[in-house]
Amino acid sequence: MAASSPAIHTVDLSKRFGSTVALTGLSMTVPRGEIFGFLGPNGAGKTTSVKLLLGLLKPTSGEAWLLGETIGDLKTRNRIGYLPELFRYQGWLDAREVLALHCELAPLERSTWKEEITKALATVGLTDRADDRVSTFSKGMQQRLGLAAALLGRPELVFLDEPTSALDPVGRHDVREIIRGLSARGTAVFLNSHLLSEVEQVCDRVAVVDHGRVIASGTMDELLSGTAVRVRVGGLDGAARTKLAGFGPLDDEGEHLTFTKLDVERVPELVSTIVALGGRIYEVAPRHQTLEDRFLQLLHEEEKS
Amino acid sequence: MLVVSLAPAADVAKYAADLGAETLVPPVLVFARLTIQEASRRRLLLALLVLTLLVVGFSAWGFHKITTVTRSDGTLLPPTQVTLITSQLLIVVTFMYSGVLALSAAVVAGPLISSEVESGLLLSMLARPVRRSEVVIGKWLGLAVLVFVYAAGSAFLELAAVNWATGYLPPHPIELVLYVAAEGLSLLSLGLVLSTRLSGITGGVIALVAWLMAWIAGVVGDIGAGLQNSALQNVGTISHLLLPTDGLWRGAVYAMEPDVILAALRAAGTAGRANPFSAVDPPPNAFLAWVVVWFALMLTLAIWSFRTREI
Repeated sequence: MAASSPAIHTVDLSKRFGSTVALTGLSMTVPRGEIFGFLGPNGAGKTTSVKLLLGLLKPTSGEAWLLGETIGDLKTRNRIGYLPELFRYQGWLDAREVLALHCELAPLERSTWKEEITKALATVGLTDRADDRVSTFSKGMQQRLGLAAALLGRPELVFLDEPTSALDPVGRHDVREIIRGLSARGTAVFLNSHLLSEVEQVCDRVAVVDHGRVIASGTMDELLSGTAVRVRVGGLDGAARTKLAGFGPLDDEGEHLTFTKLDVERVPELVSTIVALGGRIYEVAPRHQTLEDRFLQLLHEEEKS
Repeated sequence: MLVVSLAPAADVAKYAADLGAETLVPPVLVFARLTIQEASRRRLLLALLVLTLLVVGFSAWGFHKITTVTRSDGTLLPPTQVTLITSQLLIVVTFMYSGVLALSAAVVAGPLISSEVESGLLLSMLARPVRRSEVVIGKWLGLAVLVFVYAAGSAFLELAAVNWATGYLPPHPIELVLYVAAEGLSLLSLGLVLSTRLSGITGGVIALVAWLMAWIAGVVGDIGAGLQNSALQNVGTISHLLLPTDGLWRGAVYAMEPDVILAALRAAGTAGRANPFSAVDPPPNAFLAWVVVWFALMLTLAIWSFRTREI
C-alpha cells in the first residue's frame, strides 16, 4: 500500500473475553508521524487495544490496518516498535545481546546491528550498562531497555504502553524527549497512558477511553477548549456541595473544588451561590481546562449517562 | 496437520530470499539457540555435567568391584558371570539416566512457554515478524538438541567407564542412545504441549505423573503377558500408544541385553516378560512408526494450542 496510508486505522474494533467487554466499537485514524495519546483509567481497554492492533489478540469484530496492511500481517511488523506494559527481558542476556536478539527477529541487516544498538542504547541512556546482565537491572532500567528495543530499525510506528510506569521524573522527561524525536523523524507514536500530564505535554491528538469505549477524541486544542474554575473554600458541608451540581462536573478535593468545565461568565454566580450556602471563599482561579479537568469531566459525564 | 508443522521450515528459504540477506538466521533457529543459551547461562548444563561425571565415577568404581569380587573358594568370578552381572547392573544404571533425562525434560519443558507468557517475556518478541509456530518449533528443537547431546554424552562416558572397568559393552550402544533420547524427547514434547496452556508447575507435574503412570502401565501389561490376560495386556499396549516412554525404555533395555540373557528370557517363556527391566524382543516397527507420528501430533497440537491462545 501507499506510504500515505495512515499509521493506524480502525473500524468498529471490538473485543470480548467471554461475557466481559474489553473494547467496543473502536474507530480511529492516526496519521503518519503523529503522537497519539490513548488515555483512560486502569482497566479501560487501553492495553487490549494495543494487543489487538499488534495481532497478539484476535478481535471479536471489526477491522484494523497498520501502515496500510491488515492487522496481524507478519511483514508489517518489521516496521513497528513495541514496548509492552508488562515488560520483561531475558535476565541471562546482557543489554546489548537483548537488542541484538530484537535486531535479529526484526529482522535488520546484520551489518546495521552495531550502529542501531549503539544508537538505541545512547538514546535511552544505557550505554554504560550495555554489557551488564539484564538480571542486574532495576525496573526502570529494564523499561529503558524495552524502549531501546522498540526504537531499533527506525520503525514507522511505535506503540508505547505506559512507557514511564517505572521511571523517575528524569526518566519521564527523557521519554518525552524520545517521543518528540520519533515524531520529528516521521514515526507515528501510539502512547498508552493514564498519566495525563505526560500525554498533555507530548501528544498531538488524544482519545479518551473508558469501559472499552472511546468517550472523546480530538486534538488537544479541540479537547481542551473550555475553562475550569478552581475555588478554595471553607464551611461547606456535603449537602451544600451537592447543591453546586448546577455548575457542571465537580472535582471535590475537600478545601479545593474544581469545576472542570465552567464558563468564566458564570463565576460571579458561582461565588454568590457558595456564599449563600454559608461557604467562605479564599480564592477563585479560572484557568484553561487541563487534560486532567477534561478527563475528569468526561468520566463524570460517562458515569451519569 | 503436516502443513502446519512444516510451514516454518518451508519459510526458511523464502525468508532469506525475501530479505536478500543470507546472513540472517530464521526465527526457528533463533529460538532454538536462545533455548540452549538459556540452559547454558542458567548453569543447567554445568549442573548436569558435574552430576553425570560424579555418577560415572561412582559407577565405574562399582563396576570395577564386580571384577575383583572373590567367591567362597577364593577365586574371582568367571568372565561370563561378570558379563551377566554387569549387563544387568548397566540396565539399572541406565534407568537412572533415562529417569534424570525424563525428569529434566519435563521440568524444563513445563514452563517453556507458559512462564514467558506470564512474565511478558514473549510479548515484545511476538510483536516482531515471528510466527507462533516458529516459537514452538524453535524451543522444541533447542531442547531436543540438549536431550540428544545429554543422552549421547552420558552414554558415551558411562559405557566407556563400564568398558574400562569390566571389558563389557552392550550389544547395541547406538540404539541405546537413540531410545533413551527419544524417551526424553517424548516427555519434552508432552511438557511443551501442556506449557502452551498450563502454568509451568502444573504442566511439569502432569508430565512427570504421566511418565510414571506409563511405566506402571507397562509393568501391568507385562503381568498381563505373563498371565496371558488380554485385558491387562491391553493396558500396556494403550499406554505405549498414549505416551511411548515405556515402549522406548524397553527398546533401550533390549539394546543392552547380551545374547545369553535373551536366551535365558526366551527359555523362561511368558514369565520372562514380566519385568520392567527386561525385554525379549525389540520394539516392533509399527510402534516406532507410531512414535514418529506421535511426535508430529504433539508438535502440531502444541502449535495449534499456542496459536489459538490469547496473550
